[in-house]
Amino acid sequence: MDGIYLDNNATTRVDDSVVAEMLPYFTEQFGNPSSMHSFGNKVGLAIKKARLQVQELLGAAHESEVIFTSCGTESDSTAIWSALRANPERKEIITTTIEHPAVLALCSHLEKEGYKTHFLKVDDKGRLDLDEYARLLTDKVAVVSVMWANNETGTLFPVEQMAEMAHAAGVMFHTDAVQAVGKIPMDLQNTKIDMLSISGHKLHAPKGIGVLYLKRGVRFRPLLRGGHQERGRRAGTENTASIVALGKACELAQQHMHHENTEVKRLRDKLEAGILAKVPRAFATGDVSNRLPNTSNIAFEFIEGEAILLLLNKFGIAASSGSACTSGSLEPSHVMRAMGIPYTAAHGTIRFSLSRYSTEAEVDRVIQVVPEIVAQLRKLSPYWGENGPAEEPEKAFAPVYA
Amino acid sequence: MWDYSDKVKEHFFSPRNSGAMDEANAVGDVGSINCGDALRLMLKVDPDTETIQDARFQTFGCGSAIASSSALTEIIKGMTLDDALKVSNQDIADYLDGLPPEKMHCSVMGREALQAAIANYRGEVWSDDHEEGALICKCFAIDAVLIEETVRANKLSSVEDVINYTKAGGGCSSCHEGIEEILTKVMAERGETFSPHAVVLKEENKPSKLTNLQRIKRIETILDAIRPQLQRDHGDIELVDVDGKTIYVNMIGACAGCQMEAQTLQGIQTRLMEDLGEFVKVVPSRAGSYVRAASHV
Repeated sequence: MDGIYLDNNATTRVDDSVVAEMLPYFTEQFGNPSSMHSFGNKVGLAIKKARLQVQELLGAAHESEVIFTSCGTESDSTAIWSALRANPERKEIITTTIEHPAVLALCSHLEKEGYKTHFLKVDDKGRLDLDEYARLLTDKVAVVSVMWANNETGTLFPVEQMAEMAHAAGVMFHTDAVQAVGKIPMDLQNTKIDMLSISGHKLHAPKGIGVLYLKRGVRFRPLLRGGHQERGRRAGTENTASIVALGKACELAQQHMHHENTEVKRLRDKLEAGILAKVPRAFATGDVSNRLPNTSNIAFEFIEGEAILLLLNKFGIAASSGSACTSGSLEPSHVMRAMGIPYTAAHGTIRFSLSRYSTEAEVDRVIQVVPEIVAQLRKLSPYWGENGPAEEPEKAFAPVYA
Repeated sequence: MWDYSDKVKEHFFSPRNSGAMDEANAVGDVGSINCGDALRLMLKVDPDTETIQDARFQTFGCGSAIASSSALTEIIKGMTLDDALKVSNQDIADYLDGLPPEKMHCSVMGREALQAAIANYRGEVWSDDHEEGALICKCFAIDAVLIEETVRANKLSSVEDVINYTKAGGGCSSCHEGIEEILTKVMAERGETFSPHAVVLKEENKPSKLTNLQRIKRIETILDAIRPQLQRDHGDIELVDVDGKTIYVNMIGACAGCQMEAQTLQGIQTRLMEDLGEFVKVVPSRAGSYVRAASHV
């Protein structure tokens, strides 16, 4: 499909060489890796290779620390439930207000089951207060779960430091790293991170495959019990083709790590600067000096995100928005709200997320199109006057009910 | 991506009558910034004939909010104010060949802006107690606020009650966990505990002393008493059948497909129960707008 795809934090194109690598595992190599015969044996070896490839990208000490799961959400749920079951006397969880729903909704649910969840707040740049965190780290806490990079803004969190602090306090530490793995280098063997979640489709592997990294020696209770797969830590017949694919995708991500942090970053910076230079009343959200190399989240004031996306789509440009309307909920993105972005801007946030497939020509085209779209929608907005926002926009337009 | 009709897309990409109108003599501002949509409707009304000569809008909102605003201005141009007041949100949605259930509130916003603008022209104060909550039942587009208020007002205690009173949860049933959460919360307010296993002891129906014919006539009389209220809102109700405890009715005119239909029916049901002294269930015999909404799911 033609078009300009700048929504790589949502999902990515499966790399052609990844597809080529996985295809034989549907037909010629269809065996069950648990079987004793030669149909299964080769598949078992392929999974072993994939595990090594994942280990390499993560900088993990042992291949057995890699547990294949079905997705990032399963990895998150497994990690948090495991910590709670392994520490039944501890009834508190620490997480953040800006987590992905995979963690946030689970923690909110656990509150109903009698657990106390501390949601760490962020400042206007999306940064955490580590003093607040330190105060909460007590022996009542079963697990800390903090994302490595935020999916909407790309803001990076000091998870290595936070893991050290948790470790010193005797608390387990999990990080949802689905946005970070493959985009920034990692060396887990030299960290105190106990558990880490990966999602295959965020790094050019297929959907439906994930990994839970589990540091050797960390107490663990499986979510799915049954067969002996994954050393009994995740029962269920292996998704062999996708495991092979994820292995290959990790190898490729490792090869492109330098490119991601130089060329992709350069294109992202060019895109952001180009748009902000041409569009008044727009600003980048999050901690722009400390974020993923591929992500730019821009708030366009006084217009609504879904409308922007529909017009971008007309030009063949794919991005995503933190607006309420794109999700069907009434509230705009919880990440924007947590950072205190006002409603008139939070509804107009657009996330551009690049990949190694993004090109200079695509970025140039988006820089050209976005200002026209924003101007077109602002012309419709009751908050916008002739050449700028209506004077005192909140007063100029005050609807009857709110 | 939403499954917008071609008509919605067309009105979004090429909105009619957008922009400010300096000579407007009727202006209605409605919306909810938190929900991300707000609409200013501007009308030029001929004082002699009370005819809408021109209509324009400015909208901060999503694709369907802009399309609904555009559709509204097209519908009402040339109408008298009295005729314009008969335009329902469903008319706006129909004009656009339907809206996804999550987006029906965009058409409601259009209708409210129209009411607000006409009130503004007539020097009246328009106020709305309209409050929206998170969408719970996607099949029938029913939100948490409506369910909560209904549970509170009628002291409901089971998911089945909620289905009977609001229709919420009566479709695919995926939202039953959400409904149970509302029940748990509201029942706690009145000092009760929600139990999914509780045997619902409906007030045992007293044997009706009326004959079938007398009972139906009585129902007719009660409906006749309610009718003027409905007609004032340009709607009506018609008795279709009575089958034991279930009373089938037709909602007509503006009542048909009105967002408040569930609440209206529930009010009628309460009235019937009071007057008949027995438990009855009022059910719309024609599924109406909700079926349309459900077909988009």
